[in-house]
Amino acid sequence: MSLTETTYWIVGASFALYIIIAIRSRAGSTQEFYVAGKGIHPVANGMATAADWMSAASFISMAGLIGLSYNGYGGSVFLMGWTGGYVILAMFIAPYLRKYGKFTVPEFIGDRYYSDTARVVAVICLIICSVTYVIGQMKGIGVAFSRFLETDYETGLLSGMVIVFFYAVLGGMKGITYTQIAQFCVLIFAYTVPAVFISLQLTGQPIPQLGLGSTLADGTYLLHKLDQTLLDLGFQEYTTSVRGSTLNMAAFTASLMIGTAGLPHVIIRFFTVPTVRAARTSAGWALVFIAILYTTAPAVAAMARLNIIQTLEPSPGQALAIADRPAWFKNWEQTGLLGVEDKNGDGYIQYSADPVSNELTTLDNDILVLANPEIANLPNWVIALVAAGGLAAALSTAAGLLLAISSAISHDLLKRTLMPSISERQELLASRLAMAVAVLGAGYLGLNPPGFAAGTVALAFGLAAASLFPALLLGIFSKRVTREGAILGMLAGLSVTLVYVFQHKGIMFIPGTAFLGDLPANWFFGIEPNAFGVVGAAVNFAVALGVTQLTSAPPAEVQALIDEVRIPV
Amino acid sequence: MTPRTTDEVRATYWRENRKLMLILGSVWFVASLGCGVLWVEPLNRIQMGGFKLGFWFAQQGAIYTFIALIFIYARQMARLEKRLGLEDTDS
Repeated sequence: MSLTETTYWIVGASFALYIIIAIRSRAGSTQEFYVAGKGIHPVANGMATAADWMSAASFISMAGLIGLSYNGYGGSVFLMGWTGGYVILAMFIAPYLRKYGKFTVPEFIGDRYYSDTARVVAVICLIICSVTYVIGQMKGIGVAFSRFLETDYETGLLSGMVIVFFYAVLGGMKGITYTQIAQFCVLIFAYTVPAVFISLQLTGQPIPQLGLGSTLADGTYLLHKLDQTLLDLGFQEYTTSVRGSTLNMAAFTASLMIGTAGLPHVIIRFFTVPTVRAARTSAGWALVFIAILYTTAPAVAAMARLNIIQTLEPSPGQALAIADRPAWFKNWEQTGLLGVEDKNGDGYIQYSADPVSNELTTLDNDILVLANPEIANLPNWVIALVAAGGLAAALSTAAGLLLAISSAISHDLLKRTLMPSISERQELLASRLAMAVAVLGAGYLGLNPPGFAAGTVALAFGLAAASLFPALLLGIFSKRVTREGAILGMLAGLSVTLVYVFQHKGIMFIPGTAFLGDLPANWFFGIEPNAFGVVGAAVNFAVALGVTQLTSAPPAEVQALIDEVRIPV
Repeated sequence: MTPRTTDEVRATYWRENRKLMLILGSVWFVASLGCGVLWVEPLNRIQMGGFKLGFWFAQQGAIYTFIALIFIYARQMARLEKRLGLEDTDS
């Protein structure tokens, strides 16, 4: 059986599984559509949260971001940032919002800040964060389809949309939860199997996390070898190259952490467990399941980078002849993820850090995960599994995001603000319609993506950190913060972050509209746009607390509500 | 339970919760932004197997610490709730 046939079978089987689950767990009420009836076991919810959380960017791009773009140590911002947020979530957010016990994040903000304006502002923040995030998922679906199933990008994207449309519209949170559990199993298996093989081949150690610190066949430590090889090619040392500055690294990590704790599609997962206590343990289980991938990724990053360099330089000082490129290399050139240009016409590929003489002209981040099984000569079924895993990661996250968007529209905008008199049946229909519109919108943006997958995703964290997180934290931990403070704080945090990103990256990312230029010299204290969420959050806190001083305290029933959410019974 | 006891119990619960959050939050900060970013250079001078220690914290150690913190928090809170009679069985 050819690789493409195997891939069609494995991806097809995984899709059939999702569809069977979706049909068997259709939502019959709004409680089921929004929060899966609040009956999900904490371990099961942990798995679903992990799938919800680990996106196409985590699965396909993150190892490459760490290993290539951020050259090793610099990529740690993603590893710490995208896991550390769960500690904040478990201690400061999830138990209290679970106790509050309703359906959406804007709903809590609207009730706590006794204001429909606050509710609508929260909906706007939620939509901006989640839409930014979903673009990356759509792009991931398109890339995975086009590479593995040999369709073009547009066809791939449309096929993915149809699948998401089907099970998200039908099942709501209930369907999404059980599908995500299946998707977690697919994606984690698909990620770890090639990693175990590559670790075994390079270091003889089957556990990649340990393999990263082990020795190669020649007796040198893998990381020492990689450091030395990169220095020889003119790059910075792998284990110490900082991204920007220490301040930028700290700001980036902090932005991703508090962004995690402020992202509505993650928070609402904790509304599905039966108790407050379950919300806490569930966050722990979610992080266990996430950590399996997140501690494997840095090992994949270093090992795959070393593998590629060794492919290009089969023996020390001897570059690879263009005619001798392995089959996988040629395959990936066709997709545009790899590209060579024999600049000096000697028939060999010279890879170096110098852009003028470097002949490996394209080396896409995604290649580290996608081509890994082929580089390591793994059997076809493993390659097919990576395709199914990448699609599972993208589909599960897209579904979670689309649910957050559609429930904000149908529940917060329609039911709680514009048309309070609609019946439950009408609201359920409205939520399905909102879901359908959200899928179509996301598909459109996926066809016209503003940046590469993980870049867009990192921005979503900055926006969540700067807008929703401070309002949630203050809402739980302060009885004094007023609606005026919260509303102006959210708007200030959101605008500061958006303006900063747009002035450096272009308005709505349109090239040429970046009025300050995307140069580190123009950055505020050297903080890059993706890391700016923490500054936006600080502005949000300052504005909220400042305005609160000028306005009168929240009404007594709101203070009573805060007392209620703090106590589990 | 009289309202007075409830108020007292609530205050105790919230005080102990905040204390726990402060302690665990500090560990969270030290393990990630501390060991992984701010003090990474001195820690990198220590070699642990094939890892520089600072690099290990940034790419693995911080994550293991996070997991431990959440489960410690969950266990301590469950004990506190049991002690104060604030267990939520099912809602």
